[in-house]
Amino acid sequence: MSRRAIQAFLGLAAVLLGASVTNGFFSASPRRNRALGRYLLAGIPALAVWIALYWVLEPFSRWAAFDLAGLPEGSRFGMAVQFFLFEAPKVLMLLLLVVFGVGILRSFFTPERTRRILAGRRESAGNVLAALLGVPTPFCSCSAVPLFIGFVTVGVPLGVTLSFLVASPMVNEVALVLLFGLFGWKVAAIYAGTGLFIAIFAGFVIGRLKLEGWVEEWVYATSAGSGLGGEEQITWAERVSAGLQAVRDIVGRVWPYVLAGIAVGAGIHGYVPTNAMAHLMGRSAWWAVPAAVLIGVPMYSNAAGIIPIVQALMEKGAALGTVLAFMMAVIGLSLPEAVILRKVLKPKLIAVYFGVVALGILAVGYLFNVIF
Amino acid sequence: MNLDIRVAGPGCRNCQELESRVIKALEDLRVEATVVKVTDFKDIASLGILATPGLIINGKAVLQGKLPSVGIVKGLILEAMRS
Repeated sequence: MSRRAIQAFLGLAAVLLGASVTNGFFSASPRRNRALGRYLLAGIPALAVWIALYWVLEPFSRWAAFDLAGLPEGSRFGMAVQFFLFEAPKVLMLLLLVVFGVGILRSFFTPERTRRILAGRRESAGNVLAALLGVPTPFCSCSAVPLFIGFVTVGVPLGVTLSFLVASPMVNEVALVLLFGLFGWKVAAIYAGTGLFIAIFAGFVIGRLKLEGWVEEWVYATSAGSGLGGEEQITWAERVSAGLQAVRDIVGRVWPYVLAGIAVGAGIHGYVPTNAMAHLMGRSAWWAVPAAVLIGVPMYSNAAGIIPIVQALMEKGAALGTVLAFMMAVIGLSLPEAVILRKVLKPKLIAVYFGVVALGILAVGYLFNVIF
Repeated sequence: MNLDIRVAGPGCRNCQELESRVIKALEDLRVEATVVKVTDFKDIASLGILATPGLIINGKAVLQGKLPSVGIVKGLILEAMRS
């Protein structure tokens, strides 16, 4: 898998470099070219070092755990240590690279551009588009309310707006990197696909229910300002710097959670007997999926903290559907989010919103427990 | 000319950081301005801000959804003073 990963990243890097060369060198001013040239000069060796390190991580972790520290190879503690020494740097390295790439990608998507695309869309097609745009559009939870007001007041339908608000936190780059690194690309793709599906479904259902009356009255009475107006002119050097900024912000924020999550995961990996979770979270326990959702919703953690733990549970016999449902409930729905949204949505609508999304998560959980 | 700067945000970390960077930029430039924080969501929306933190100079939204460096804030202030 690691070889495939490297090929994918090389491809991505080549596309980015190619695009930056054609776009930057022929259009921008000499000063900007120099900035971009410096980024390229630093970026290519950095990428080479990244790839070399990624290659040696596994042998290094074995060497460090079993030779350097002298832990016996079959021992529980040894297994836990080796697991941590391999997975923690691997996931952090993947995060660095992907968050950087996504940071560059995001410089193409501003909330304003997304709003322009969605304004005046009909439902259904609008829901699909909103969910898809929810992934790359930069968004933080404290922007949920201004974004909501800004969307609905220019005529983005309520259901379409909610599709965006569901997809945005649920399908995010940190979650996808962790899933890719710890579970492989198949589970990451399944998660992204079903997460988008739930966002589309929930927004569509709420749109059909015609619940505009359950939005606080003052929201529709607000006349949203025109915002920034024209398109921002942004150069490739600025896009690269936006990517670096994203690395500082996001990796700088989540790395303690990643390490803590992987440490707990490593403990489970080493100490919990195989199949211990089969009884509790396995496929045969029909109540496991709703229980996972019920426990997950009030929990507030980010993908970085929860996914390594969940991965370890799955290794010990928890079923994929149950695990997916738990993950989505923790990441996609949270009480702080409900509190923020309460400013614009009446409690009844928040209840429907959480209810419909939770239903979608339940359906996904059962579906995957049946299929796999 | 009187410079009117508003920082829009409900009070998250980035919004507070933006306010202190604006103050730093003004100090560096030795420019006087009134700096007001806009925390009410209704007011934020009517300024046209979709993503916080937002920066509004003389009634015009110049930046939103990202935390600019002090240097960029200085540039935005100078640009607003020229126009």
